[in-house]
Amino acid sequence: MNETRHRVTLTVNGVVREAEVPGRRLLSDCLRHDLGLTGTHVGCEHGVCGACTVLLDGEPVRSCLTLAVTADGHEITTVEGLARGDGEPSPVQRAFTECHALQCGFCTPGFLCTVTAFLRDNPAPSEEEALEAVAGNLCRCTGYQNILKAVHRAAEIQSEEGGA
Amino acid sequence: MKPPPFDYHGPATLGEALDVLAEAGPDGKVLAGGQSLIPLLNMRLAAPGHIVDVNRVPGLDKIEAGPAGVRVGALARHAAVERSPEAAAVLPLLRQALRLVAHPVIRNRGTVVGSLVHADPSAEMPAVLALLGGSVRLASRGGEREAPAAEFFTGPMESALRPGELAVSAFFPALPARSGTAFHEVARRHGDYAVAGVAAAVTLDDDLRVAAARVACVSVGPVPVVVDVTAACGTRPAASAGWEAAAAAVRDRVEPEGDIHATADYRRHLTGVLAARALRDAAAAAHGEEA
Repeated sequence: MNETRHRVTLTVNGVVREAEVPGRRLLSDCLRHDLGLTGTHVGCEHGVCGACTVLLDGEPVRSCLTLAVTADGHEITTVEGLARGDGEPSPVQRAFTECHALQCGFCTPGFLCTVTAFLRDNPAPSEEEALEAVAGNLCRCTGYQNILKAVHRAAEIQSEEGGA
Repeated sequence: MKPPPFDYHGPATLGEALDVLAEAGPDGKVLAGGQSLIPLLNMRLAAPGHIVDVNRVPGLDKIEAGPAGVRVGALARHAAVERSPEAAAVLPLLRQALRLVAHPVIRNRGTVVGSLVHADPSAEMPAVLALLGGSVRLASRGGEREAPAAEFFTGPMESALRPGELAVSAFFPALPARSGTAFHEVARRHGDYAVAGVAAAVTLDDDLRVAAARVACVSVGPVPVVVDVTAACGTRPAASAGWEAAAAAVRDRVEPEGDIHATADYRRHLTGVLAARALRDAAAAAHGEEA
């Protein structure tokens, strides 16, 4: 069948991008297939796993539970946009590397987006707050211990850099 | 999986949205946060012909808190209501309940009114609306009507919303002075739907005796189960009230079903335990207000 296509304009990682999509195109698929940004991973497609988490106007959301047309005119940050302008990994990305907070890496983009927004709002989280922050993302490899370490390490790096 | 095809509408005004809904009739579905609707589409459990995305309709994201209660617009996200100090000051129960709704990332997008319209008997917000005796304002091309909670939830995932109607806001009435609330649930994982859950509201009289006590239970019936336990509490001072009689009254009233996660007996037992805990905490909160 011929589906009506809608023109959407998204500012993705600071760059204005356009795509023509059917109404049912999920934001996750728009990012991956229409815009070629395959860093956003697609897992369960019903909001449980969190692999597809991106920042929509700075707030973490499930891109598999958002239509691309709904996001028209908004700002998206994907895992590709977390590094600094000079390509240097962000504190959260560095902490994940240092603490070995990833194994297969499939869930990692979602964790990085979630944790980035979390530490922006709560720069010095308690153990419990950190635990709750990552609880909405599923990781089948690590048992979360190193991910939690990385959350705290990232907070440390950020506060060191903020103080420097 | 992916959603089935539909005609997408992105109205810029409420009037336009109601026109499209009126024409679409039973084949139309409103999209606000999409945290319940899009999973249903992705899993092909729903296939509406028309999706009416109200995210561009101005004015629907308001949260108005006053002495009478809190009115929440159709586009007010769970997170916005959860973070609203004004809403929490009038009705602490809103924040108590919202912290149990899914995960923070889902709450960034999902809406309170959407959760009410979705009418999942395991969800927290329908129970809160039912407990407080709130209402949902439904608009259609023909006008507006206010549907009380007691009539709004008609069955599992079924509400009194008619084809062509849009739930524009929900009203959560404030409780009398010297009232306290609590919400407790048991879920297999924090953020999952509760195996059982209980919201409680307790109001004390001038002598700090229980004047009114009510609970709303989730995951133990087709709709939120509201039980008035005032009589079971007796007119004893709240501080020394034994909540066991009240918990037993709640246990007797609920008719849960068993499933792969919990037997009906376990759910009933759990509901009693949670009712006692929620009532005790609500009474303590009512005391705190007095102090």
